[in-house]
Amino acid sequence: MALLDSEKKELIDFARDIRKQTLLCIGTLGVGHIGGSLSIADILSYLYTKGMKVDSNNPSWEGRDYLVLSKGHSGPALYSTLALKGFFSMDLLSTLNKGGTLLPSHCDRTKTPGIDMTTGSLGQGLSAASGIALAHKLSKKPNFVFAIIGDGESEEGQNWEAAMAASHYGLDNLIAFTDNNKMQIDGLTKDVLGVEDLVAKWKAFGWNAVRINGHDFDDIDRAVTDAKRQNGKPTMIIADTVKGKGGGARFENQVSSHNAQLTLDEAKEIIKEALNG
Amino acid sequence: MAKEMRQAYANALIEEARVNDKIVVLEADLMSATGTKTFKSEFPERTIDVGVAEANMVGMAAGLSVAGYIPFAATFGTFAARRALDQFFISGAYAKANVKLVGTDPGVTAAFNGGTHMPFEDTGIMKLIPNLTIVEPSDPVSAAAFTHLLAKQYGCAYMRLHRKGMDDIYSENETFEIGKSKIVRNGNDVCIFALGAVLVHEAIKAADELKKEGINVRVVDVLTLKPLDKEMILKCAKECAYIITLENNQVSGGLYSSVLEIFNENHITKYVTAMGIHDEFGQVGTLDYLLKNYALDKDSIMEVIRNF
Repeated sequence: MALLDSEKKELIDFARDIRKQTLLCIGTLGVGHIGGSLSIADILSYLYTKGMKVDSNNPSWEGRDYLVLSKGHSGPALYSTLALKGFFSMDLLSTLNKGGTLLPSHCDRTKTPGIDMTTGSLGQGLSAASGIALAHKLSKKPNFVFAIIGDGESEEGQNWEAAMAASHYGLDNLIAFTDNNKMQIDGLTKDVLGVEDLVAKWKAFGWNAVRINGHDFDDIDRAVTDAKRQNGKPTMIIADTVKGKGGGARFENQVSSHNAQLTLDEAKEIIKEALNG
Repeated sequence: MAKEMRQAYANALIEEARVNDKIVVLEADLMSATGTKTFKSEFPERTIDVGVAEANMVGMAAGLSVAGYIPFAATFGTFAARRALDQFFISGAYAKANVKLVGTDPGVTAAFNGGTHMPFEDTGIMKLIPNLTIVEPSDPVSAAAFTHLLAKQYGCAYMRLHRKGMDDIYSENETFEIGKSKIVRNGNDVCIFALGAVLVHEAIKAADELKKEGINVRVVDVLTLKPLDKEMILKCAKECAYIITLENNQVSGGLYSSVLEIFNENHITKYVTAMGIHDEFGQVGTLDYLLKNYALDKDSIMEVIRNF
């Protein structure tokens, strides 16, 4: 069933709030992974509003769906999502990456409520997600396991080891996204080390694979709904996204947005101009 | 007849798995070598062979443990410590997951597989992972015992496992503890801190022969490299005239280094003779040839002691 207009409005508003808080917490620190955080905001908005079963009062609830954010440097977007959903106090966001914080630059399951897996060394998250998915298969539990990897991250060989294992073991409870923002630190992904055709690659590895617009909620909803109905195959959703989406001319579609300087005043200015306040 | 260490490991896992449905085994196409085929026949669903992909094996083990399972993942020590190091470090230890990584064919026991498969560096590499438990059983009884102990203790651990036949040192009812070593031969002239199945046996043979010459050699079976049994090290330093460390890996970064650290922290100025691998790569050969070549056999041990 298609998304209702009211649902879509909620998703759009939440994504805008995620982007705002992401810019504010990075602005408070002065530097951070802006581009890859903003590109996944819509996916996170959907997952934490509609896609995943979670309980903000009980982050380690056994019945929850899991998320492994394998591109762990996009932590600020996930922290903003979790804070806005009440997993922890909004005040924590201003402690991002400061000494002693519970919100380190890369996701850490031992520190942050709602973070299911420690990530940051690229290429490892999909294996961990496959392990979690396999665990729930062994226990005959219905939980879904979501993962988000990057297009640049897809260059790591471990992803393809996990790809083979997840299809071999029929992990249809595993639903992964590739945040295909087409940029990595050294330039455009196609120039650094081309990874396309991603749909063909994942299909060849035995996955259900589909390409969507990663900023279109109808697309995301259709892909996730279909993924949940798969029988015997894990799903990879290639989400075409824009790096730095919502970050204005300075960050949107800019390779330099990967890890960039930003003051709090500049963050507020961008929020006013690019995100309508 | 010597029992196979790997069978002791696999049998212990089977026993654990019968009472704990969270025990799972992960393999990377070395099930025949690591002995877990018997585990698979009893628990096929809980045996996960990921193919020749050690990084993914350790990553999936971390995921399984995050969801409450207790994974034992095994491969040759070279691949455990080198190929899958970052996965064990980040997805495992740093993430405070519960992955038991078993590295087989320690040091010269890799024999005919040669230098590519001969881990001299795994102990040193693993020691640098904060709070990691590292054990190296010396006989089938201790191999089984430490498998049980690791299954019951939460946290990442590395077990360095000789997989082939070894005579028992201990009786079946011996009890073990992580972090505790054992004196297997008594004496006060020399103390050998020996690590690992083959070398503890060599040290015992040397001690038994030297006894006939009137030299009393104490042999300490180290068993746990990390956390090292500090109490035992200090006791032996006080009671014995000469100290030897004997290990089937690089002495730098290994047991030798750990003993020196304990000595230094406790203002002990005693000289320690390091027997082990001294900054060399592995090579092919029979176990006997390699033990002699790297001066790890009982004759080399006796020669060192006679020259004190």
